[in-house]
Amino acid sequence: MSGDFVNLMADLKEEELLALTKKRLEAKEDPQKILDDNTKAMAIVGKRFAGGEYFLPELVFSGELLKQVMALVTPHLKQSSAKAKKIGKVVIGTVAGDIHDIGLNIVEFMLDVNGYDVTSLGVDVPVEKFVQAMKDTKSPVLGLSGFLTPAFDAMKETVEALEKAGLRKDIKIMIGGGQMDDEVRKYAKADAFGKDAMAAVSLANKWFGVK
Amino acid sequence: MGKQWPEMTWQERREERFKKWLAPPGVKFPGVAIEKKYKERATRMIKAFKMEIPDRVPIHLAANSFVAYNAGYTLKDLLYDYSKIKPSWIKFLEEFDQDSADAPGFFAARVYEILDYKVNKWPGHGLPDSATLHNFIEKEYMNADEYDVFVKDPFDFGLRYFTPRTWGAFEPLADIPSFSSYQGLPERLMMMCQDPRFQKLFKAIWKASQENVKHQTVMGECAKESLDRGFPPLMGGIMLAPFDTVADMLRGTHGSVMDMYRQPDKLLDTLEIIAERSQESAVGMANMSRSPVVFVPMHKGADAFMSVKQFEKFYWPTFRKLLMGVINEGCVPMMVIDGSYNEARLKIISELPRSSVVWTMEKTDMALAKKILGNSACIAGNVTAAQLYTQTPEAIKKYVRYLIDTCAPGGGYILALGSGIDKCNPANLQAVVEAGKEYGVYK
Repeated sequence: MSGDFVNLMADLKEEELLALTKKRLEAKEDPQKILDDNTKAMAIVGKRFAGGEYFLPELVFSGELLKQVMALVTPHLKQSSAKAKKIGKVVIGTVAGDIHDIGLNIVEFMLDVNGYDVTSLGVDVPVEKFVQAMKDTKSPVLGLSGFLTPAFDAMKETVEALEKAGLRKDIKIMIGGGQMDDEVRKYAKADAFGKDAMAAVSLANKWFGVK
Repeated sequence: MGKQWPEMTWQERREERFKKWLAPPGVKFPGVAIEKKYKERATRMIKAFKMEIPDRVPIHLAANSFVAYNAGYTLKDLLYDYSKIKPSWIKFLEEFDQDSADAPGFFAARVYEILDYKVNKWPGHGLPDSATLHNFIEKEYMNADEYDVFVKDPFDFGLRYFTPRTWGAFEPLADIPSFSSYQGLPERLMMMCQDPRFQKLFKAIWKASQENVKHQTVMGECAKESLDRGFPPLMGGIMLAPFDTVADMLRGTHGSVMDMYRQPDKLLDTLEIIAERSQESAVGMANMSRSPVVFVPMHKGADAFMSVKQFEKFYWPTFRKLLMGVINEGCVPMMVIDGSYNEARLKIISELPRSSVVWTMEKTDMALAKKILGNSACIAGNVTAAQLYTQTPEAIKKYVRYLIDTCAPGGGYILALGSGIDKCNPANLQAVVEAGKEYGVYK
């Protein structure tokens, strides 16, 4: 049943997956096992995305499937089993003047399913809010998202503010989104540019020393 | 007497539109020299469209908010104070010698505010005052179960569903019965006028129209300034690929993805209807305008969004149908492909009638584009916003030289930006023009 479940989710078979989830819960299976299968399935989705078999629609739809499975499973979870051990903290947000959240949400989702404790500050995030969040969370990794050209300067200003606050040397910063590229990365003085959500996971893995 | 419109081929129809573009009816140029310049520029563009060899590579700069910052203003200044638009526009026209120029693209912020337009945020309205570009608010403006409503009567959907959801002032329209009966309209309108909610709406429309006329006057003056300097207008109409109409506007990215899996047939049927409607609307716009070019910003068919298989199923068939419809009416669709297209996608789009469209690239590999589309259509692009923002004029000139060396041989190339720009170093934009003139001459 577990193997089928992983395949159904990775192959994006909505109806069958939800039916099987209900069946497993009715059979009083340990819900933690379903959560473990979620992780396995998402690893396959991530691999297929990185391999060029899956694209953004598959990521978005797998996120929707995961949400539905979680809605079914959550009421059955004992409180103690709900918290899985996380690799580390990552803060992300779309920079000031930009309200695009599709890429941001996918990055949040992919980091989350790959074991990170993600704080998303949302969109149009003022520089001060980034600085405050980095102080509060003590996260060593920051992801800046932006879709349009105004994000170039907003990213640069965010990085500069972190420098000014004395936080920059302890933080690795990645950027991504529509108009971003490695030129913008240099301009904004960030550490890395990622072309998609899986690149965000790879960068986080590299910086956290995950093999 | 020559052939009538219905008997003409698409090329003959296009020639008729080109004639109108080259000698726009009702336009009196300030002198022979300006008129000559206008014709030279338009001819350069037309030859590039037709994949013939012009005197030099035409240059087209889509400048957006740059026009404001270049004049020392902010975007917010020009959205709220129309008196600053014309001087900014004149400065831009006089400084950047390109081969076409429309009126600037600044909307009237107060009109949007009076009518409570909900799909945009801009500096002074939901974005910081310093924001250099407005943002589009993507949402499910059509619900997942409303495809049938849309398909049955797109006008009714627009009137009672889409408009009240996207313009706050029009909310009362959500509560009226359908207007689709062929009679009873005068009575219905009278009833509406008696309703205090509609009285409020009509007042808002009246107030907005007063504001709008001020803005339109300025825009008309700007269009005239362009003509008076011999710049042919480029954008005669605008349309979206049917899938983008759904994924940008009606259902949003998330909604459209759900529909690709949960109700693909409904989505595909709707795309067919949108293709028909969009053709009508785009050709209608071009008929009213001086230019035959229909601008098509393209979003969600790109490499980073969908697979080639999904592109072939959801994006291309109805877009192709729409393009063919517009081409057959003699218009010239000019696309801007956001993001990039790989080899497989370029091959798919290369199968339109030769020289019938223009593809502007943002991040697509231009050498690959020339290789695959070189015998099919005019290509344009692709100095990116990131380059204009972060590099020096020397580096820009070097890149433009590369573009011209790669894309110009044999004709069918327009030197253009990959996207609109806001606040880059003006010297970098100047470098595009200079390099175009220096390296783009056909000998």
